[in-house]
Amino acid sequence: MSQTALASTDEVTEVVAIDPTAPPPMSRAEKWRRRGPLLPALVFTLLLTQIPFLMTIIFSFSRWRLLTDGEAQFNWGANYVNVVTDGTFWRSVINTVVMTGGTTIACLLIGLLMAIFLNHAFPGRGFARTLAITPFFVMPVAATLFWKSAMFDPSFGLFGFIARSLGLPQVAWLSEYPMAALIILLTWRFVPFALLILIAGLQSAPQDQLEAAQVDGANVFLRFRHVTLPHLRPFIELAALLLAMNLIQTFGEIALLTAGGPAYATTNITYYIYLTAFQSFDFGFASALGVVSLILTIALILPMLRLLSGIFKTEGRA
Amino acid sequence: MAHSNWKRGLTALGIAGVTAVVLAGCTGGGGDSADGGEVTITVALAANPQMQTAESLIGDFEEKNPGINVEFTVLPENELRPAVTKDVSTNAGQYDVAMIGSYEVPIWADRGWIIPLDEYASADTEWDEADLLEPIKNIVSDGDGTLVAAPFYGSSSFLFYRKDLAEAAGVTLSETPTWDEVRAAAEAMDDDANNVSGICMRGLPGWGQNLAAITTVINTFGGQWFNEDWETELTMPETEEGVQFYVDLLRDFGQPDAAAAGWEGCLQSFSQGQSAMWYDDTVFAGSAIDSAATPEIADNIAFTMAPTGPSDLASGWLWSWGLGITKSSQNPDAAWKFISWATSKDYIQLAGQEAGWDSIPPGSRKSTYEIPEYLEAASRYADLTIKSIEAANPLQPTVNPVPYTGVQYVQIPEFVEIGDYVSQQLAGAISGSQTVSEALEASQTFTSDVIKESGYGQ
Repeated sequence: MSQTALASTDEVTEVVAIDPTAPPPMSRAEKWRRRGPLLPALVFTLLLTQIPFLMTIIFSFSRWRLLTDGEAQFNWGANYVNVVTDGTFWRSVINTVVMTGGTTIACLLIGLLMAIFLNHAFPGRGFARTLAITPFFVMPVAATLFWKSAMFDPSFGLFGFIARSLGLPQVAWLSEYPMAALIILLTWRFVPFALLILIAGLQSAPQDQLEAAQVDGANVFLRFRHVTLPHLRPFIELAALLLAMNLIQTFGEIALLTAGGPAYATTNITYYIYLTAFQSFDFGFASALGVVSLILTIALILPMLRLLSGIFKTEGRA
Repeated sequence: MAHSNWKRGLTALGIAGVTAVVLAGCTGGGGDSADGGEVTITVALAANPQMQTAESLIGDFEEKNPGINVEFTVLPENELRPAVTKDVSTNAGQYDVAMIGSYEVPIWADRGWIIPLDEYASADTEWDEADLLEPIKNIVSDGDGTLVAAPFYGSSSFLFYRKDLAEAAGVTLSETPTWDEVRAAAEAMDDDANNVSGICMRGLPGWGQNLAAITTVINTFGGQWFNEDWETELTMPETEEGVQFYVDLLRDFGQPDAAAAGWEGCLQSFSQGQSAMWYDDTVFAGSAIDSAATPEIADNIAFTMAPTGPSDLASGWLWSWGLGITKSSQNPDAAWKFISWATSKDYIQLAGQEAGWDSIPPGSRKSTYEIPEYLEAASRYADLTIKSIEAANPLQPTVNPVPYTGVQYVQIPEFVEIGDYVSQQLAGAISGSQTVSEALEASQTFTSDVIKESGYGQ
């Protein structure tokens, strides 16, 4: 927040102070007395979150491989040069974008369709809603193992069974289309999340406007396009941001399904950091990877946050 | 009002502080007592079936050793490794006893992360060091031959196959087949209509997954990882032939989705009757029979030695999970007592009687192979396990002389990094997203860079 923003809040306080129902203004000392007890918590949180981050930055400037070198040694940022010139890293960046973007878009589309469907009254709707939301509450590891053997496996799995029954060739999902398989699994897991947010949005849709549009002769599509969708926009944006933030950290599904392979085809940044830190024990390089990917992530997320800040300002732009 | 909040906050803070001090005092008092009093040791174990049996039988140890409490941290293999490595390398002192694979043992001994066991072992006559199988004892010792970990179990690799399917297809497998015979058998037994693949082999990336199996095949084809001057040999014709053979066999007659299957996937596929053969670790023999879907499958599981290639070299690998005492351990004596118990002859008897003879840790002691109950329960594989372990030669794993030891791995610290990269590239070849030569060329470049940077051969 900038200086002007602070100044404006002060003005507001003064304006409010004239209001007889408002509490009396607080003195500086009073403000600090109220904040005081919170300070230890604040300091604790800062230490807990910022010290590891600082350590990461320090480690990222050292050569520190657990198995080969003993102590960490400063190496003049060689790790960063290695990160930027490392083909596997850029591969993992692309994989992260494809995985996160693909799943987010698929979740929003399917979630929106399901939300529209489940927003209509029909017998057994409560049951259908519960079923639709269930995947999100299945433990990720259990869900992944289930998909690995019960769905994707060409001999045991449902997909293989359907393909055989239809006389189609079997598809080795995890070997031949590993990225598609991961996106399918992640979409299955996260559609309920999008659904929950979008259904809340649909339920708060302006009924009066929808009725007025109906009276004016707008058909279902036009009503959706011009009344519901603008109302839903902030909900869609919020769902997209939260989904992307969740999906960018995908780890367990990759570890269990493909171990990042074949040939790094499903290694995202998170998994690549895990590989370098906890398989190769190269903590210096892994720290540098972490710092670089943090910068990249912030660069990606910031524009989205700016877009979204509209939600918090206008409480929905409908 | 505000004032009382302030006070309440302070009081809470004070209580928290006092509690922390009291708690710290308690653990400090309980943890470091040496003689007479209670001692607690923490043991880190891999979550493999045999180790879980040991965890369940700990009551026996605590009864025999009053005053020593044992706490277990049981983690999946690939989580155990980083957890324990972090702990010992930073001297954090969380674990007194750590389970370590034979690849890590000499490296850790070299760093001084685990302490030598020779004095404990020679003082503890009942433990009987001479009873350990020689090849297994060697791979849990350091470069000078000093024992630094006690082998919990030892294993090699061999071929599992289904007698009934082989008979139906009209193939017979000798006790020492060649890879060509195995390929022909896989072709004959491959049965797409019934969803049975000819063979199952590891395809999942990871230096401990597909690379272990592929490296044994490279060895039997006369290939190697490095020559005597530490020049990378991943693109030499023999190495490439071996890899090409493995990839072709897997792509032609292997399990579907091969690049995503590790030993877990193959154990499932083989015991469910979806694969006619399986090339993997001897320690899974009992599990494969135990978890077979039908008695018909269980009764027809048979074994041969690891197949050999054109070079006529024995190709089974050699592995052991050993128990070592970390240098940061506060109670090394108690730690040894635990190790001595878990790796003793008595323990093997106990596990056999209490948990079943399929659950004993095999391949560590000669005396195990003289127990009549075990020989009866493991009649199909006990003999071959011992033969395979004795045939493996980690000191000279390849046809040409090489500067490294280890059959299915290269005994250098950099191998985990190199191995993970190469195994990813080979998984790409197995899935068909790149050719074997593309995979090997990328691997060659990467490996040479790491080796050069680390200063080998200079």
